[in-house]
This record gives sequence, structure tokens and C-alpha cells, in this order.
Amino acid sequence: MSYILKPKVHHPSLQKNAVGLTRRDYEGAISTLCAGCGHDSITAAFIQAFWELDIEPYKVAKLSGIGCSSKTPAYFLREAHGFNSVHGRMPSVATGAAAANRELVMVGVSGDGDSLSIGLGQLCHAIRRNVNLLYVLENNGVYGLTKGQFSASADPGSTSKKGDINSMEAIDGVLMALTLGATFVARSFSGDKAQLVPLIKAGLSHKGFAFIDVISPCVTFNDHEGSTKSYAYTREHQLEVIQADFTMPQEEITTEYAPNTTKRVQLHDGSVVTLSKVGEDYDPTDRDRAYSHIRELHAKGETATGLLYISPDSVDMMDQNEAVPEALYNQPFDILCPGSAELDKLQQRFR
Amino acid sequence: MLRTDVENPDYFHKVVDCQWACPAHTNVPEYIRLIAQGRYDDAYIVNRHSNVFPGILGRTCDRPCEPACRRSRLDEKPVAICRLKRVAADHKSDIKDRIPKSPATKNGKKIALVGAGPSALTVANDLMPLGYECTIFEKGPQAGGLMRINIPSFRLPAEVLDEEIGYIIDMGVEVKYNTPVDSLKELLDSEVYDAVFVGSGAPKGKELVLPGRYDSDQIFIGIEWLESIHFGHISSVGEKVLIIGVGNTAMDCCRSSKRLGAKDVKVIARKTRKYFKASPWELEDAEEEQVEIRENLSPVQFVYENGKLVGMEFEEFHSQEIDGKLVQEPIGKVTIPCDTVILAIGQDNAFPWIERNIGLEFGKWDMPVVDKTTFMSTQEGVFFGGDAAFGPLNIIWAVEQGHQAAISIHNYCSGRPVGDRPLSSINLTSTKMGLHEWSYSNNYDPSKRQKMRHIELKQRFSNMTTEVEEGFTEEQVKTEVERCLNCDVQTHFTDSQCIECDACIDICPVDCLTITQPGEEPELRTRLTAPATQYDQALFVSGGLKQTGRVMVKDENVCLHCGLCAERCPTFAWDMRKFVINLPLAGDPGAQRQPVTAGVGA
Repeated sequence: MSYILKPKVHHPSLQKNAVGLTRRDYEGAISTLCAGCGHDSITAAFIQAFWELDIEPYKVAKLSGIGCSSKTPAYFLREAHGFNSVHGRMPSVATGAAAANRELVMVGVSGDGDSLSIGLGQLCHAIRRNVNLLYVLENNGVYGLTKGQFSASADPGSTSKKGDINSMEAIDGVLMALTLGATFVARSFSGDKAQLVPLIKAGLSHKGFAFIDVISPCVTFNDHEGSTKSYAYTREHQLEVIQADFTMPQEEITTEYAPNTTKRVQLHDGSVVTLSKVGEDYDPTDRDRAYSHIRELHAKGETATGLLYISPDSVDMMDQNEAVPEALYNQPFDILCPGSAELDKLQQRFR
Repeated sequence: MLRTDVENPDYFHKVVDCQWACPAHTNVPEYIRLIAQGRYDDAYIVNRHSNVFPGILGRTCDRPCEPACRRSRLDEKPVAICRLKRVAADHKSDIKDRIPKSPATKNGKKIALVGAGPSALTVANDLMPLGYECTIFEKGPQAGGLMRINIPSFRLPAEVLDEEIGYIIDMGVEVKYNTPVDSLKELLDSEVYDAVFVGSGAPKGKELVLPGRYDSDQIFIGIEWLESIHFGHISSVGEKVLIIGVGNTAMDCCRSSKRLGAKDVKVIARKTRKYFKASPWELEDAEEEQVEIRENLSPVQFVYENGKLVGMEFEEFHSQEIDGKLVQEPIGKVTIPCDTVILAIGQDNAFPWIERNIGLEFGKWDMPVVDKTTFMSTQEGVFFGGDAAFGPLNIIWAVEQGHQAAISIHNYCSGRPVGDRPLSSINLTSTKMGLHEWSYSNNYDPSKRQKMRHIELKQRFSNMTTEVEEGFTEEQVKTEVERCLNCDVQTHFTDSQCIECDACIDICPVDCLTITQPGEEPELRTRLTAPATQYDQALFVSGGLKQTGRVMVKDENVCLHCGLCAERCPTFAWDMRKFVINLPLAGDPGAQRQPVTAGVGA
């Protein structure tokens, strides 16, 4: 880790966004991860996306569990709320936070160990409930913090740094999310910010559970020749099947897209996701087709990336439960607790 | 854009903005680091190698380095490079042993130098250690040229001049004082000297012939007036003084007037402040001394009452900027009362002592025809330098021209073509000390530029010799040295090691770096992390990177040289390497390679 802090001085042309902040205002502490870690690039993508969306940091809650990935919320949005939970338990904390204050922009950052091993059950239920949360799984295929054992997402046949071959089947977070009914499923690569930043923006604007699996190479333990999650391997094998452009409600769509290969999805807040490069046999709003397409590509040794599935009619946890539209924490006490007379009335209904 | 050739000495040299801008290419970051370490002697010697007069220049230099300083593009004000030079000179110990000496056995070549100003002294400084015997012909009683007679001693004390000129003369230079050269022909015909160097300056102040010019003894020409003060011929001035012109000589004149007892001193400028020739800091110093600067006035005539000069009449203008050009319209006439007028509107060269029929060609404006590289005139063996070569410039230019002329004279006397210039070479050494440790102070210090302390006005005006600037305090030095960005510690990139992880791009505080598709420079400049609109600052472009074929691009413009890109680089593709350029002086062998003719960068 560096001994010096990132100097505050910036490029003279640095722009301010609609809320008067520069990109540098969305930074956090200097990273203590290994130099070259993919997670740091994802951090930079978060900073860029939040800045471009004009979100005031104090309206954001960052949640994480344990692991290299879960350290990263410290490295962006230093003025946002944060909760670093017990290993694998971030989805529960996020569910609670989302219930208490649905006005917060929620972002959960986790890794393949935190999400697919110790926290697998937690993740499944958060997806099932459609908690209004952007969940980013920083996926490097190893337990970096404990020196490079295979994680649950390590591909069979890939090797450890010392050369051991992984014999177990991998859990693919994207396929799992699709089967559990996730309403927004994407995959990206830390080394491709042009793809990742619009995905994060779309995920933050999506109402419901937005799942992004980001392949994020571990330079220290999983960037070698036998790895399937190295920079070189990912660059060679990733195939962007859908390119997602994100347009904010007040913005005009200026990009020209080739006809018949584009699909537009309007989100709850009026922003628009334009999906392009969509092949004729692929419909990103068809869950089953998405599932099989990803499987087919996987069989050919290719990793599908982009916004793979989006449900245009997502209903998040709070709306499913018919909660009041405002944040619960901010309700007057007599509404939150109508008194014992109301309780009696309620109980009468069950007698 | 092709891959940037960082082996070209110019590429990294240009990144060291101060050193590149300095006519003598003083290694500024190196001496600032030495000062930071308290190694004042070493800092002085580094300076002296390039600019010969660190103590003098540390007080009087026109500082082309400071407007170039990268810090001023980030933080408004540049590092106080000039005054740090003075720190090295003020705090050094006895460094006589480290001054080059003339060998006991001479090489048998004799050089005549005309004038004992900065250019001729530099020639002597470079040639004496090689065994030449140098003779300076000086028309006055002391050495130093304009540095001594035109720069008032409240800016440049005589002791400083004596010391630094002494280092050169004490090598064994023969100086013939009070010996003006009246005829170049005679000097050449004497056949005593193997080469002649003319460093006689631009000693003639420009005249302003207007009605009434010659009807008073209270109208002076600036540089002559300053010279008269220096020699004690003038010790008083009228109560109300007008200085015509707004260059650095005008600043010296108005401030000298204050010390001679003038109560009301006005400097008259034809144009607006933006166009003033004086350095901004000299204007500030004059205004601090309650000198009034009046713009938009053009002299018409001197006004007399009963035969006594009582004022000067001016045409007044209304000025406005239209399309970046100054447009002035006359709005009437004003008369400003005065007792004394000093004309400081520029200097001319004068060579009445050079015969026009000896084969030495004169060109435009009656200036000798001098080669811009070799400084040789059309008369073989006669060289020019300083203000005598191309008209009035600053001391630091005179020094560099002296260095170049000395190389030519050495070539000439050794039977080599004068145009045979020794080649520069570069050296790059990693500053890596540990995983994230460097052998230089890489952290950015946000401190503001330190303000020079000045002595009180009352004390200043009491005489001509009290130095105004007190120098930096120890605390100020400590702060100011840390403002230097160490631009000579270069960001060095090895294409083949890059894995395109983006770590350097994400960490760079000033958005210098981009990995992108290759392209032509004008187009490439528009699609970088931050727009690269400072076109005089180079782009570094790598070769194709192995994973994607894209290129690494660095805009050198506002790089802090903080080393964070190299700290966050997992493969050491980025390294912080200290750059040293060896610029040969007379007698240095120079590098053995083909001269580089391609442009800077790629």
C-alpha cells in the first residue's frame, strides 16, 4: 500500500456535475488492496457512475461483508452511509436498511466467497425478495485474503498459482440469479469501464434487485496462465452479447443505433436503457432464452457479458408489501404505531 | 502517432519545464533537492556549472524558468526557483576548492575578450581550465559590465558581484581595466590572439528627440543615469521625477530616484499593463515603494516655464482590447509636472570601434552578422556573445551564449570546424527504494508560494546600497523546496510489461493517463481521460499493448510526478526514473551517437 494519500489537487479542467460536485468528491480512502487489483477499477467505475448520475453521496448506503471486495466501499463515496457486516450477511442487513429507508440509494459490494460460499443462502433470498439494491459481486475465483484457495466460482480445470487443478464444478452467479427470479442480471469485467459504468448506472436506477457479476482479476493469486479469471483470459474469452447504454430521464438519446438490433427499456424513474448488439435469437427480456444463450456460449468457452436480462415490470420488496411510498424511518410515530385500540381491532379480525 | 522515442534527449528534457526554459539549462529540480537536504555547497556547484553566477542570478535573473514551472499550471504560482538559487549562494561554505583551476601548463592559445560582462566572463570561465590564456579589455575600472553599473546595488550588492566574478578572474585571467578597445583591426593585426570574443554589450540608451529635449540638464537617459549613480557622479534628483518607459531599466530608475530623495515618482507607459516589458515582480517591487505607474500616455513635448523644466506634455489614450488586440484612441492632452525626466525606452548596440572594411559583415539595424549556433561572425576567429550578439537580452542568455561561444572558440583553436558541436546524452536511473518508496520526496505539498521578506521602506530609502530583499527564512526554505514537483523524476513506461489493469489510470490525481485505441495526435488529444489542450506539452504514446493492441497515452501537462501510477502498477511497467541530461561545455567530449534530428516526442 502507498504511504502517501492521493493528493487533492486535480486537473484544471475537472468538471462539476448537477449537484456541484467533481468526480474527486466521490472518492474515498486510498486503496490498501494489492497494486493492480481488479476491485480498484470497479471502485473507479462506481465513482464515475455516481458522479454521472448526480447522486449526492449522503443519499447512498454502501453495504458489504468480508473479503477483499468487501473492503472496497471504504474507497469510494467517503460521505455516504456504510455498513460492513458479518461474513456473508450483507443481504440481510441490506434488506433491513432498504425496509427502514427506501429513499436511500443502496449498493452492496461482495465477493465470490462472501456471496457464493458463506453467504449463498442470504444472497438467494435477497434476490427472491427483489430488495431494491444494486448488488455487485466482485468475482476473482479465489480467496485472496486467505492466500489464494479456489473459491466457489473457480472454473473446473483452472489451476491455482502453484499449479493444483480445481476439480469441482463452479457456481455461476449469473445463472443462479436468473433461476431465482432476479429482475436485473448483468456480467462485466473490471478492465472494461466503457461497459461497466453504464451497467452500474442502470443497476442503480433499476427498482429492485440488480445483480452484476464483475470478473475482477486477483493480480496476486489468480492472474497466471492456468487461470480463467486473469486479465489476459478474460480479454480473450469475454463476449459482449449486449451493450447497454444508459440515458438519464432529462437527457436526450443522441446515439444512433443500427435497426433491428436495438431494444429500449424504460426504468421506473424515467431513465432509459438502450440495449444494442442484440442478436436475432436473443431477447434480454426473455429469462429462459437468456439462460440458454449464456449456457450455449459457456459451452463454447466464451463468457457472455453485458446486461443479460432485465425485467421491465419489476416490483420491488417494498411495493410487494404495499409499504407507504415514503421512508419508514421518517413516518410520524402515530402512523408507525396506531395505538392499542387499532391493535385490538386488528386482533378481532382473527378471532 | 508513433511510439514516443524517450531515448531522444529532448523528450524527457522538455518534461523538466524549468530546465528546458532556462537558456543555460540549469538542473533546477536537482539543486532544489540538494537545498532540501541542506547541501548548499552542492546546490551551488550544480547551479554554477550551468549558469556561472548563482548569487547574481538568484537576485536578478529574468527567470524564464518560473512562468514555465509546471506548478503554476496547478497551483497558480510557480516554485520560487530564482530565490532558491540565492539560498544556495547565501548559505554555502567556502567553495573555492571546487572551482575549476587553470592548469600550470598552458595550451599556448591566447584569447582576447572585449568587455568584462557576463558573456565574456563565461567564456573565460570555460576556457581557462582548458589551458587558454584569456585577456579581457574592459573600458571601466571594474569587471561585471551591466551587472555592476546598470543594476542598482539595492538589488545586487557589490560583494556578491565581487565574489562570483572573482572566482573566474582568480583562475588567472588578465584583465586590462580602463582599456577600451578603439579598433578591432588593431587588435586583430597585433596577431597576439588566436581568437577574439566580443562581449561589449548594448551600451547605448535610446534617445527620445521631442521639442525641448536639449533645453534642460534634468533630462537623462536611463542606463547612463544609473551608471552615473554607480560612479557617484549623481547623488541627487528633482522632487518630482518622470520615468518614460516601463521596462526593467525603468524600474531600476524609479526605485533609484526614491533613494536619491525624490518625493513623487511616476512611470509613464504608452500601453496598458498587459504589455509592460518589466517583469511582474519588478513592477510589484516598484509599486510597493510608492511609485505610481500611469498607463496610456505618449510623450509629446517637454514643458518649460522661465527656462526651467516644469513638466511634460502627453497625449492620453483610451484603450480597449478588441479581438485580443490593443486599440488606442487619443482623448486629449495632459501635462504632468516634473523636475526631472529619465528616458528608459530601450537600448541599442553600438560598434563604432569595429571597422567596416575588415571583412566583418554588418546586417540589419547595423548589427554584426553572427551565426546563431556558433556565435562566430563572418570574420573567422571573431566571436560575439551577450547583448553584443543579438541585442539586449537578459544575463542568463549572455551566460549561455558565452558557453556556446567557448565551445566554438575551443573548436576553432583546435583546428576543428566551429559547427562541430559535442552531443548531449541522457541518463535514466530508477528511484525505487522499496515496494512503495522512492529516493525523492514524492508527496504533493499543497503549500502556497512563500513571499520574499523586504526591509522597511524608511530603511530602504536611506541609501543606495541597502539590499531590499532579505532572503528566505529557514522555515520558508523548508516549505518552498517541497513545492517542487521533481519533474526530472520521469514516469517511465515499459510497454511489454503492461497488463492493462487500469490501476495507474484510476489512481492518477490529475487524470494524465489513458489506455485507448491508437490515433493521430490532434484527434487523440480529444479523447483522453482529461482533454489535452495544452498543445506545447507533449503526449507520451506507448507501442501497442500486448493484450488488446491499445496504447498507453500520457499527457505530460500537469503530471505531479507523485509516483502513484508506479506504486499502483503490479508489473513495474511504470517506474519513476531520475533523468539527467549531460549538456557538454567547452572541452567536454560529448556523447558518441548520431545527432537526433526528428521532432520532440513522436
